[in-house]
Amino acid sequence: MKVVLTGISGNLGRVVAKLLHREAHVIGIDRRPFIGRPKDVDHVQADVRKKKTDEVFRKNRIDAVIHMGIMHDPRMSAEDHHSFNVLGTMKVLECAAKYGVKKVVMLSSANVYGPSPDNSNFLTEESPLMAASRFPSVRDLIEVDMLAHGFFWRHPEIETVVLRPVHIVGPSIKNAPSNYLRLKRPWLMAGFDPMVQLIHTEDVGRAMIEALRPGRKGVYNVTGPGEVPLTSVFKELGHKPIGVPHFLAKPMLSTLFKYRLASYPPEELDHIQFLCMVDGSRWTKETGWKPRFTMRETIRSVLGE
Amino acid sequence: MPHALSATTVTSRKRQATKGDRSRVVGSRQWLTHTARPVSGFRELVKEGLRNWTLAMAGDDLDRRLAGSRPQNEYGVDPFGFSLDYALSAIGPFLWLYKNYFRVETFGVDKVPSGRVLLISNHSGQLPFDAAMIGVAMLTQAQPPRTIRSMVEKWVPTLPWVSTFMARVGQIVGTPENCRRLLERDETILVFPEGIKGIAKLYPQRYQLQEFGMGFMRLALETNTPIVPVAVVGAEEQAPAIMNIKPLAKLVGFPVMPMTPWGVPFPLPVKYRLYFGDPLFFTGRSDDDDAELEKKVKVVKASIQTMLEQGLKERKAVFW
Repeated sequence: MKVVLTGISGNLGRVVAKLLHREAHVIGIDRRPFIGRPKDVDHVQADVRKKKTDEVFRKNRIDAVIHMGIMHDPRMSAEDHHSFNVLGTMKVLECAAKYGVKKVVMLSSANVYGPSPDNSNFLTEESPLMAASRFPSVRDLIEVDMLAHGFFWRHPEIETVVLRPVHIVGPSIKNAPSNYLRLKRPWLMAGFDPMVQLIHTEDVGRAMIEALRPGRKGVYNVTGPGEVPLTSVFKELGHKPIGVPHFLAKPMLSTLFKYRLASYPPEELDHIQFLCMVDGSRWTKETGWKPRFTMRETIRSVLGE
Repeated sequence: MPHALSATTVTSRKRQATKGDRSRVVGSRQWLTHTARPVSGFRELVKEGLRNWTLAMAGDDLDRRLAGSRPQNEYGVDPFGFSLDYALSAIGPFLWLYKNYFRVETFGVDKVPSGRVLLISNHSGQLPFDAAMIGVAMLTQAQPPRTIRSMVEKWVPTLPWVSTFMARVGQIVGTPENCRRLLERDETILVFPEGIKGIAKLYPQRYQLQEFGMGFMRLALETNTPIVPVAVVGAEEQAPAIMNIKPLAKLVGFPVMPMTPWGVPFPLPVKYRLYFGDPLFFTGRSDDDDAELEKKVKVVKASIQTMLEQGLKERKAVFW
């Protein structure tokens, strides 16, 4: 089996490559170099939007694509962000359709639903993707999810799987939730302690490989070992949060962000104020999914343990 | 609502559940020995004190009778954020109100069937003490003790401390999905179909049931859940509101701002009487026309109204 992995040089990409390379011929596409690449993994260092991607598909008979070359960088210009994510996804889907790929696995995120005070405690896959209503600059992340969703219906001959995992945390991953949990004196919104769901990087990697199994298709929320109050996470980590009144936190953070003193855009505060939890039972039932890491291990993984 | 409830939220930091807690020996005066456990910090101390107070009032085997009755993970919460440990501390002041302030009398609590059930009640009093008293009644009077979950307004999650308090004592934002999910987990759910119109009703409208929402009936039909009508007599006089000041409500972002003659909706020491009716079972399609559902809803409404009138007739005074 030949599998193309976009975004292979990222943290999650490397995890998936390492889990997969003994069973399949892995070809990575990423504009970043792949540090620590196993010998049997091929890496094409190119922008996924470029012609080179066509070439990879044309020259090899690709059986499956795992698309996780999605960028989440609040510092990048909205235009670059949008172009890379949306055009990159379109390119991958286009190639998949054109060159007879049988399986497309797309990494989306449970964040597409967006935190909100109106949310039900557990959102199913049918819930509307509302994240952009309070945080407009994430609309490209919703768009790529929808692109894959549309592709699923347009190409019934291809098994398309869209995975929406909860907050991904892990020892070396540098995404917003992991970085936040690593803070020794993190902000909390005073008086708010929402339940959160976390999943270990390796469990997400396992889920993506599970999605490659013939017959799997559809949109799935993927949950980790459960739900826990945010303050319990910090208690477990031994970090001492600072309660900031919610009406001050937003203006303060937007000033800090503007002057590059903070790396979180103010809209991210919704995640520590309101619920954005998903119901992962469809995935669990259909695949017999069980995360390998316990809640404690998942939380502590951000410390590099 | 915020001022009334935030008093108890000093306990918001959770005590870490250690293995020893669950397996400790239960003696007759055991609540006295609770303080022997290592406690750290002021919050923990307050929490411990409140918990002991609850157990002193409710009978010190309450926590033992409740132990294992609720699913919880290694952090002491269920997936919705309910924490039995937190709730036992938080309930203290309400239990005191139940016994000494509102002097609640409960009738027919044994009629509540086991398993999933919807408690449908009238709503009044500006602050949801009626919900709290029904909750305390189910916890302390029902055999075995039951923890109820009620559906709260969507603005509750926007309120600091209140949102956390509500989640830890088991209250959930009232979306149909949440309700369905909880019923499928065989929970006891309290619904006030009058909603905000009920709690904020003005004094002349006391004991007049406002328009009932129909969502509860759809969910009952869909999940095959029995309905127990509940009538709360007393609460409708606890904070007689004379007018609803809409501009002020808008200013502070509250849905309503009813004013009592003394301004704040501080409840008077009225006597509460809670009447639980016989369970009602409905059959039919949950996606039926509103007109069809309306008929069924009317049965529930009529049953509550009858119990209310009976209760009003039987009582001799508002305050005793």
